[in-house]
Amino acid sequence: MTKEQVLAIKNNPKYQKLVGTRKKFAWTLTIIMLVVYYAFIMLIAFSPETLGAKISPDAMMTVGIPAGVAILVFAFAMTGFYVKRANGEFDDLLNDLKNDLEKGAN
Amino acid sequence: MLGKYLSLFMLTATTFAFAVGADLGEGTKAEEINIPAIVMFFIFVAATLGVTYWASKKTKSAKDFYTAGGGITGTQNGIAIAGDYMSAASFLGITGMVYLKGYDGLIFSIGFLVGWPIILFMISEQLRNLGKYTFADVTAYRLKQKPIRILAALGSLAVVLLYLIAQMVGAGKLIEILFGLDYEFAVVLVGILMILYVVFGGMLATTWVQIIKAVLLLVGTTFMALMVMSKFGFSLDALFTKATEIHPKGVSIMSPGGLVSDPISAISLGIALMFGTAGLPHILMRFFTVADAKEARKSVFVATGLIGYFYVLTFIMGFGAIVLVLGAENGYYLAADGETLKGMNNMAAVWLAHAVGGDYFLGFISAVAFATILAVVSGLTLAGASAVSHDLYANAFATSKVDEAKEMKVSRMATIAIGIAAIFFGIAFEEQNIAFVVALAFTIAASANFPVLFMSIFWKNLTTRGAVIGGYVGLISALVLVILGPVVWTSILGNAEAIVPYKFPAVFSVPMAFMAIWFFSITDKSDDAARCIEEFDAQDIRCQTGIGAEGASGH
Repeated sequence: MTKEQVLAIKNNPKYQKLVGTRKKFAWTLTIIMLVVYYAFIMLIAFSPETLGAKISPDAMMTVGIPAGVAILVFAFAMTGFYVKRANGEFDDLLNDLKNDLEKGAN
Repeated sequence: MLGKYLSLFMLTATTFAFAVGADLGEGTKAEEINIPAIVMFFIFVAATLGVTYWASKKTKSAKDFYTAGGGITGTQNGIAIAGDYMSAASFLGITGMVYLKGYDGLIFSIGFLVGWPIILFMISEQLRNLGKYTFADVTAYRLKQKPIRILAALGSLAVVLLYLIAQMVGAGKLIEILFGLDYEFAVVLVGILMILYVVFGGMLATTWVQIIKAVLLLVGTTFMALMVMSKFGFSLDALFTKATEIHPKGVSIMSPGGLVSDPISAISLGIALMFGTAGLPHILMRFFTVADAKEARKSVFVATGLIGYFYVLTFIMGFGAIVLVLGAENGYYLAADGETLKGMNNMAAVWLAHAVGGDYFLGFISAVAFATILAVVSGLTLAGASAVSHDLYANAFATSKVDEAKEMKVSRMATIAIGIAAIFFGIAFEEQNIAFVVALAFTIAASANFPVLFMSIFWKNLTTRGAVIGGYVGLISALVLVILGPVVWTSILGNAEAIVPYKFPAVFSVPMAFMAIWFFSITDKSDDAARCIEEFDAQDIRCQTGIGAEGASGH
């Protein structure tokens, strides 16, 4: 890739849109995941009794079990959410951009 | 993978050692030879050698050898990644931890899983777009080849060898109990098989062995969890109620039990788990086996789903084991002391297999556990061999132009050397406490490999000097802090109090590495630094779009 090509792609509005949207999306999801996980860890460290409380007086199940499983499911859902958007919307933007670049090259 | 070693680490830390020779006294050693297990094991070995033969026919170029030609699909790769994670000790260790401590086992499972979304958002597709065979292809993309390749190879080899030691010792102990075979014999057998898989079948065989094993393991654990639930009319509450009646800790197994007590340890563990996984060479190399970024993403999605599902199963199995193994009539599965399990305490999953499915199912699960070890060590060995042949030989030290055939030959020789080293270390470390090995491997992955990789992808102003100094700062601080920590300083060296009170010092060593990378980059005014910075834009475009990225080879 020559310097001119690099500059041309960098200044291409479609490229900027793709990179900007995807970056924002990826960082938002990362921060959400970190917040959820560390909130759970802090609960374990500072207030284990919250997680140890029974979900109803006559049940043996404690709050921590559905909460823990929910985090596993949530992590999986987050990956699904990202993959769906990245393999759909973002890849469409990318293919559009690649088409433009090929046309420009000819 | 991660699960295996951390659970291993935890189990040792909680005195129920998986691989500590001293804990396996004479009375527990003399298990009779398990015929169904050996028969099923031989069927597995025959099948995997068949796969290796098939793969050897297709493995012609270096690209085939390192990355299976880049033709693995996202789903297949996802299963293989899950296989790397759902290792024997993850299976035995987490089930055993739930069996002993109840809820705390779930806390660890969650820690193992949450790193995956982060890898997806930040690392996987970037790696696929920029790299070829090893993660050093990415870190050395615009930096000076030689010093960066040497750093990456040292980081990779350190992690791989430490893992292999833990793996071989654990494998030997496990096989001794499951099959009634001699420890040395077991270690040599594992070593020879893994050399065969990797030398002849390369990445293609390694991946398929991993896939076959992952499917077998998922089928086996699903069956066990269903059998457990069927005994309680598919009511979790009934299972929990019965378990709390039988377990000596009673209802306290239903809530967090002080496994993660202080915030620093909790955060440090989280950092080690998340960023350690993103610095493991044998996990990272799997992203080069798929065709493009799209498939790389899909593989993380599949892997996360399977791993999460597996952890839910281990939780049910752990509680099932409390009722059906600990609560079995006349202490059938207990050792002479009437408290610990026969063999060792984290054999809960294996005895549960017997409790729900008899001798033949026990044989099946034992064979799957052995298969798991083989698959995981093969992946590790291939990662180590790639670091030697691709990073050290072809891109750092070779004086003349290296052709593919020569590079593959070096890789195969490196595989044999690493395999022999693993056998040797496995036997030499038989009686050693290997917990520190695990803590060290993780901390090195998070402190030396991950920061350089992350910064090389995302930070424009990274220079060769910054990356090299930062990488070594991470490597050395990880080493020193683990040695001064409770695992080595107190447990192994026998000192009264650890100088560093944390088992996972990642909370210090990771920021130190990042700070060194930052500082020695921004103060670097050399010509090379200017070139590195200038070349970032071209790298970033390839990273973002995949234009110019390595494609799949044509078969």
